Amino acid sequence: MAKVSKSPWMLHYDGSSCNGCDIEVLACLTPVYDVERFGVLNTGNPKHADILLITGGINTQNKPVVEQLYSQMPEPKVVCAVGICACNGGVFKDCYNIIGGVDKVLPVDVYVPGCAARPNAIIDGVVKAVAVLEEKRKKYKKERGEKA
Amino acid sequence: MRLLLVLGYVLLAPLVGGLLAGLDRKLTARMQGRIGPPLLQPFYDVKKLLNKEILLINNMQYLFAWCFIIFIVFTGGMFFAGGNILLVFFVFTTAAMFLVLEATTTNSPYSVMGANREMIQMLSYEPMILLTAVGFYTATEAALGQGTFTIREIISMPVPNVVYIPGIFIGFLFILTIKFRKSPFDISMSHHAHQEMVKGVTTELSGGMMAIIEISHWYENVFLYGIVAMFTLCAEWWSIPLTVGVIALTFFLEVLIDNTSARVKWDTMFKTTWVVTLIFGAINIFILQMFG
Repeated sequence: MAKVSKSPWMLHYDGSSCNGCDIEVLACLTPVYDVERFGVLNTGNPKHADILLITGGINTQNKPVVEQLYSQMPEPKVVCAVGICACNGGVFKDCYNIIGGVDKVLPVDVYVPGCAARPNAIIDGVVKAVAVLEEKRKKYKKERGEKA
Repeated sequence: MRLLLVLGYVLLAPLVGGLLAGLDRKLTARMQGRIGPPLLQPFYDVKKLLNKEILLINNMQYLFAWCFIIFIVFTGGMFFAGGNILLVFFVFTTAAMFLVLEATTTNSPYSVMGANREMIQMLSYEPMILLTAVGFYTATEAALGQGTFTIREIISMPVPNVVYIPGIFIGFLFILTIKFRKSPFDISMSHHAHQEMVKGVTTELSGGMMAIIEISHWYENVFLYGIVAMFTLCAEWWSIPLTVGVIALTFFLEVLIDNTSARVKWDTMFKTTWVVTLIFGAINIFILQMFG
């Protein structure tokens, strides 16, 4: 993590998850894993967030919610799908109300597999998301420079 | 000398305030059994925020957020110039009002509720702030025979002010928890990861505008520690190490209280602060006036 961002704030959204992954995401904040070591904060406010962390698949009801959350986040931003349900729908794939993984509605940058995804895997995913974020930041800065 | 102090405040306060914020987060983490972020984390945060897109609801937010930082810096500048303490407190209240205005213009429910709660906070701490100024006046009156609101004269008494106004000091420390936005009184907006109403008054600020609010909080905190210093500074040399010790103790106590207490409802906050203001503040001044 030499040149990557030192202050990624994440927004955690629970899609139609079974709460297994959510508990593991929260476990990352506890003293055992302590993601705040890397400056990661769980903000709960899309306007302050850099990483949108979604657990669980997308269903017809939460599709507009997810889209709105994403649109409220300022650039540069990345999306991280945590758990197999967020990656492709998982065991709920064939349910009548499930659309599929997060990538059906949003451009996902990092996939973290697992059922439930282990805290180690989630932290690894966040670190990868931070690397993507840094690339996007450079691109955003360049675009902004061209505009100005 | 005065110009140097003001310049020092304007240039160095963000540095000191940011380091204090970093120390706060580190200490908080240690109290919770975590390792915690690096000491310079608040600076990384602000640098990141400055590089982000600014999404605002309306242009008034720009105006009020800028007014907030300008008035906070102005407050601190007047304070370190050694001017009139009453005037400093009035400008300080005006600054707080701009944050409320900024939150109200957005029409976002979280932001507006944050603004309402911010006003309740102001209602809670304002009497104590005013009593603090009155307290300094009565303390100087008791010690010198002639009362004064001028900061330069207040801090050059033969003995520290806190000898005359210990009650006021306790009352001021009590409302300091509100001003630092620490639990149990962080009802309008909270730092750290534990949130109240998303982010209260700052919910609708993003990117660079959020960075400005963060920096003005650093300015604000340094100014507030300056008021704490007024209680212990006097003409003697030993008051300087004493002041440093008292500020360090205050800092530690604030973090400790933040980590050991749960957020209270607004009415509990309102009642307790007014009761503390009346018992410690008013009785202290009453005794000084009667027997001083």
